[in-house]
Amino acid sequence: MNNVSDKARKGRYDAGVMKYKEMGYFDLDYQPKDTDVLALFRITPQEGVDPEEAAAAVAGESSTATWTVVWTDRLTACDKYRAKCYRVDPVPGQEGQYFAYIAYDLDLFEPGSVVNLSASIIGNVFGFKPLKALRLEDMRLPVAYVKTFDGPATGIVVERERLDKFGRPLLGATVKPKLGLSGRNYGRVVYEALKGGLDFTKDDENINSQPFMHWRDRFLYCMEAVNRAQAMTGEVKGTYLNVSAATMEDMYERAEFAKELGSAIVMIDLVIGYTAIQSMAKWARRNDMILHLHRAGHSTYTRQKAHGVSFRVIAKWMRLAGVDHIHAGTVVGKLEGDPFTTRGYYDICREMYNPMRLEHGVFFDQDWAGLRRMMPVASGGIHAGQMHQLLDLLGEDCVLQFGGGTIGHPMGIAAGATANRVALEAMVLARNEGRDILAEGPEILLTAAKSCTPLAQALDVWKDVSFNYTSTDTPDFVPTLTPA
Amino acid sequence: MRITQGTYSFLPDLTDEQIATQIKYCLGNGWALNIEFTDDPHPRNTYWEMWGTPMFDLGDPAAVMYELAECRKVHAGRAYIRVSAFDATPGWESLRLSFIVDRPRDEPGFMLERKEGRGRMIAYTTRAYAADHPAGARY
Repeated sequence: MNNVSDKARKGRYDAGVMKYKEMGYFDLDYQPKDTDVLALFRITPQEGVDPEEAAAAVAGESSTATWTVVWTDRLTACDKYRAKCYRVDPVPGQEGQYFAYIAYDLDLFEPGSVVNLSASIIGNVFGFKPLKALRLEDMRLPVAYVKTFDGPATGIVVERERLDKFGRPLLGATVKPKLGLSGRNYGRVVYEALKGGLDFTKDDENINSQPFMHWRDRFLYCMEAVNRAQAMTGEVKGTYLNVSAATMEDMYERAEFAKELGSAIVMIDLVIGYTAIQSMAKWARRNDMILHLHRAGHSTYTRQKAHGVSFRVIAKWMRLAGVDHIHAGTVVGKLEGDPFTTRGYYDICREMYNPMRLEHGVFFDQDWAGLRRMMPVASGGIHAGQMHQLLDLLGEDCVLQFGGGTIGHPMGIAAGATANRVALEAMVLARNEGRDILAEGPEILLTAAKSCTPLAQALDVWKDVSFNYTSTDTPDFVPTLTPA
Repeated sequence: MRITQGTYSFLPDLTDEQIATQIKYCLGNGWALNIEFTDDPHPRNTYWEMWGTPMFDLGDPAAVMYELAECRKVHAGRAYIRVSAFDATPGWESLRLSFIVDRPRDEPGFMLERKEGRGRMIAYTTRAYAADHPAGARY
């Protein structure tokens, strides 16, 4: 008994070149199995290339195919290992672009390995010449595969329990200037910000171990600052110590030192790579550490709509890999972020089940099978005057990071931190009282500022700051009202 | 100093009316309410003393406000009192809101103790000044 399916025709394995569509990578009758990994690609074929053939080529090149027929396929259960494009739709309003749905058998993937998953799905196919552009929009990860991953070491609920902070977004700030401060001066910023009312401070993505500040010095001064602030407020405080480094050995050494100093949290950058991220996630799980991920570098491949990988896919991979915090956009701040697309990212981080929601860019139902929730982090160009918008858009299970919006306060860093904390608590209180915070937000802030001078000053300094630019990465589907 | 644990410690002390409104919000979400008190303010003191058991299946904030008034009769001004809301939804099963509603008249704060070790290592310990006295005689 060989493995040729019913669909295989005479001549399928004759030497030579054959269309991908005819090699078993395209089957509109295929019913995806519950255990299949599903991927949705946005394909832009070159002029004159048949979209279905292009879609079949993507399925082929991201699974078993090469450019020519090989007889060695016959030594395998080749039909099982071939990815199958089972649906092709034109993209609404985008001529020349198509959504290709592709199903992959579970046995194509190594259990518990983001690096294997990504090497398969995006490893080879993105440079394929017959395509002008290609974007991985979304994936459905079957429960059978999700269960092979550890997921976040801590998760939102346990992080809140450990920090003893409930019912409101957490507050953070990235130390500024991001480069050049000595360890001693750096710790000063951490102390002032935490004492003033923030829960966290943060190293920036490129703070590692430079001539102006070596990592041990930073860790020691930062932990002095954290502990001092804790004693001054009676609250648990933390600072994300960035342990990203050139080698795994260096990262483990730095993480161990952070642990010995009693830090509650360490931080890594996306550019360290998926293997290193998963290694650090396992380390964090062994050591009761919250793991913060800064998505450094992601915009190089997530921002453009026609080519690359959507951030919603990166967010899914990172939840599998097991980070606890992930930067996911602010909508109102200085960095890219359409409100509906961003909402989709936040749902992927925080919900136990994501239903398909095309208007948020979520193309598949996704069951997280008990994997813990990731805390989304909103960072970049936000300030106290936007608190009502931030709470309304992002909800309460997130970290709001005001870097410039804390450190740039005219009365100093602690005053900036206090302004943010008062604005936040006043807004949560008002929301819970049933007030319409979007409409009444500015008034709620002004009332709170009457008993908090730092907030009055913050509202005055930043009152005209907003970043209203058109987003590049927006959903393709707009919700339409249907009569009930 | 003013201990800033809990959701609303940076705001002026909540009035009873404000507390009742927050409780109403919690009940509307189907959460159970719990009143706790302590005279050990350490930030890692997780288990405050429970004033009775958590109140499940309540419809009216008045019942919680009544218990809070009873708790205050005994502990007001001499302990921290907090109200917490517990959500039993699968995948959460923890607190959704937790805020201080009463605090001691005087909050002396904390001593930060440092034990120097090798390689500039320091082991930190936070100690509440109030904890120098036995439980029940601290505030």
